[in-house]
Amino acid sequence: MPDQHSQDEKTGALVSTDAPQFQVAAKNPKRIEKVAALTFFVSLVAFAGFGAAFWQNASNAMLGGTLGVGFLGFGAAMVIWGRYLTPRGPFEEERAMMATTREQHDEIVADFVVRGRVAFGRRGFLGAMLAASGAVFGIVALFPLVRSLGPLPKKSFYHTKWKRGSYVSTVDGRRLKASDLTEGSLATVFPENDLGGALSQTVLIRVQNGGSVVTMPGRETWGPEGYVAYSKVCTHAGCPVGLYEQLTKQLLCPCHQSLFEVTKGGIPIFGPAPRPLPQLPLYVDSSGYLRAQADYDEPIGPGFWERGGTA
Amino acid sequence: MIDRLFTWFDNRLAISRSGRHLLNKIFPDHWSFMIGEIALYSFIVLLATGVFLTLYFVPSGQDVVYHGIYAPFDGQTMSAAFKSTLDLSFSVRGGLLMRQMHHWSANIFVGSIVVHMLRVFFTGAFRRPRELNWFIGTTLMILAIVNGFLGYSIPDDLVSGTGIRIAYSILESIPFVGSYLATLLFGGVFPGNGSIIPRFFILHVLIVPLVIFGLLGAHLGLLVKHKHTQFKGNGAREDNVVGAPMWPTFMIKTTGFLFLTTAVTVLLGAFVQINPIWLYGPYIPFHVSYAVQPDWYMGWLDGALRVMPSWELHLPGHMIPNVFFPAVLLPGITFNVMMAWPWIEAAFTRDDREHHILDRPRDRPVRTAVGAAVLAFYFVLFGASATDVLANYLSVSLNVVLLSFRVLCVVVPLIVFPVTYKICTEMSHTKGAGKRKQYNIIVRGEDGGYSAVPTEAYAGYRHEVLEPIDVDSVDLSGVMGEPEPTGTAGVYQIPRDYR
Ligand code: HEM
Ligand code: FES
Repeated sequence: MPDQHSQDEKTGALVSTDAPQFQVAAKNPKRIEKVAALTFFVSLVAFAGFGAAFWQNASNAMLGGTLGVGFLGFGAAMVIWGRYLTPRGPFEEERAMMATTREQHDEIVADFVVRGRVAFGRRGFLGAMLAASGAVFGIVALFPLVRSLGPLPKKSFYHTKWKRGSYVSTVDGRRLKASDLTEGSLATVFPENDLGGALSQTVLIRVQNGGSVVTMPGRETWGPEGYVAYSKVCTHAGCPVGLYEQLTKQLLCPCHQSLFEVTKGGIPIFGPAPRPLPQLPLYVDSSGYLRAQADYDEPIGPGFWERGGTA
Repeated sequence: MIDRLFTWFDNRLAISRSGRHLLNKIFPDHWSFMIGEIALYSFIVLLATGVFLTLYFVPSGQDVVYHGIYAPFDGQTMSAAFKSTLDLSFSVRGGLLMRQMHHWSANIFVGSIVVHMLRVFFTGAFRRPRELNWFIGTTLMILAIVNGFLGYSIPDDLVSGTGIRIAYSILESIPFVGSYLATLLFGGVFPGNGSIIPRFFILHVLIVPLVIFGLLGAHLGLLVKHKHTQFKGNGAREDNVVGAPMWPTFMIKTTGFLFLTTAVTVLLGAFVQINPIWLYGPYIPFHVSYAVQPDWYMGWLDGALRVMPSWELHLPGHMIPNVFFPAVLLPGITFNVMMAWPWIEAAFTRDDREHHILDRPRDRPVRTAVGAAVLAFYFVLFGASATDVLANYLSVSLNVVLLSFRVLCVVVPLIVFPVTYKICTEMSHTKGAGKRKQYNIIVRGEDGGYSAVPTEAYAGYRHEVLEPIDVDSVDLSGVMGEPEPTGTAGVYQIPRDYR
């Protein structure tokens, strides 16, 4: 009955505290009080239990179980209290619209402009100097702050630690010989100056027992004695491409399931990876050690703006 | 005694003059208004458990050798961050509980923010004058997701380390500035010079929470200024708010609710394992982790990375990498449209009036259908983050699963939109849709005639609903007695000497 309300406003009538809205919400407050008190008691016991459990260094389940039941009881009792043992309501309050009146608007604008004009009118040059000085400070402050965070990328995205003659070694520094891997097996290898390196990590696969593996025209010498090596950093988002499917001769990236063809230049055949895995050219030296002919001939891993290059 | 204390403060802070509005603030009784409270309270739980964790967590990527309780890692080299997380889980008393509570409440925090946001969206609560608060709210959601990711990253386990690796690649993919951003943030090309864990740590425990705290203050301040929205009915109008007052009803209920939220978090932390980093092991860049999922609120991003076809944009001498599209462009567009939605909608509806009465979703079929379609799209992406698991589980090839998801994320929203639209229009044309059914029972009267009598839809249904009364218009006579002058309140006393 909105009319009733405006009536009240007009006459300014006050609402008596005897009004039903002010009475306790519960039909039977005594019973509710008992329920709430019991619930508080449960929480009290549980909190004490938590103290004992903590003292005894009990299990996680005991600690959390007691504490959780404690909070549960405490919270439930308060919700019961707040729901049933408070004034029944409903109450209302007035709400003014946010929009202001034309006069209010004009008044504040006037204050702002009138006093402001004394300070800022005809002080354009001063303002420009303030802005200029502030800007210089801003730029200068930004410089050491940002610049000291880390080195600029420079050429670091283009090279790994592999170079001509690098021995192919395992993470604990053991140089691998051509005779070390059996057909179909795989090892994660590094150059000796970067064992465990996140960027030079490379998968070495013995695809077949001998003969050279030519994965692409122009790579006739890259795969000696049945070995091939690819960068282990996925060209999609950089996860280690570590799952080798021996039957199909494919490498799988565990992160978003890109599949790469090991015998066909590491081209991606499934999933989101956009580019082939870069291949590391290998040779076997006169003592039978596997070594790199050179660094990768393209940046490894995911793409970046300056990379350009081929699809 | 209490009154004297109050008077002392009152005479210095003028509480009586300004505080009354706060005591009298009205909170509408509708369950959907509690969701925001859950978000607020889980933030409190996060602060409390987070402070506990900082007492033991060592934010350092430095290598140490583990000789702790957890035997499988004895003698293994790992980062100090990972070791301290193991210690928190195994040797700090109550540490595992706190860790698991912290992680669970992070999930509840983001979850309740998202649901809260959906209720604001679908009921049109973002319309004038509340556009700014919608903007602050979306910012809060993004910050919550970001801070969740940061926190998830700092234990430096195999799963989170892989996440950091992907984050680096996403940063690197941004045109023009990507490689600079990546090397500056990480202190060098991946994995950087060991500063990423300490940097993520300080962002996680100080900087982002501080910003969240500030924005939360603004969010609630605006809430008080604008007052709550409300649904129509029981005396609710555009120019009033109907419900329960802050004091005492809401105060007691909401404090209870704080403890209930805490209780749920504690019980989850006690009985449901989350992020068992000891099963993953320390992060080693060349180790493979598989069948692991990020926290759910990052799942859509993972899914988007998976369903994106293997395209890249090649320009002369430059390129835009594949991950840029699903991981930067997609969220960028989504979040920007989300933030601008109040203005976008107003531009279409040409409705620039103030609104304090909420819409029922069915009465705004276009908005509801747009929301549902976007939501469906993100649900599909979320599902796509489990392509490998699904392929295993259903024993179909990954190929089939991936292709279906690529199709689904286009088709599902296209189906959801018209279907939602139709449901809305049907519902708003049907009288009483969504109301509880009131069955009639046939009774035989004394005179032998039969009549149909409606039953209660639920106990107490339609039991005398009272008129709302104005909180400010209470008759105090007979309650407070004769007014007495209280001290010198409100009286200017100028000492003689100064006259
Ligand atoms: C603003 C919301 C916050 C969210 C969403 C959040 C989320 C997370 C998550 C998901 C973790 C990983 C926990 C795990 O190991 O399973 C975490 C760890 C951590 N958080 Fe937070 N957090 C928040 C605020 C805070 C605050 C305010 C502090 C400190 C005052 C803090 C301190 C920590 C610490 C020290 C860790 C690492 C210890 C560990 O992982 O066990 N967090 N956070
Ligand atoms: S990182 Fe390899 S598929 Fe995404």
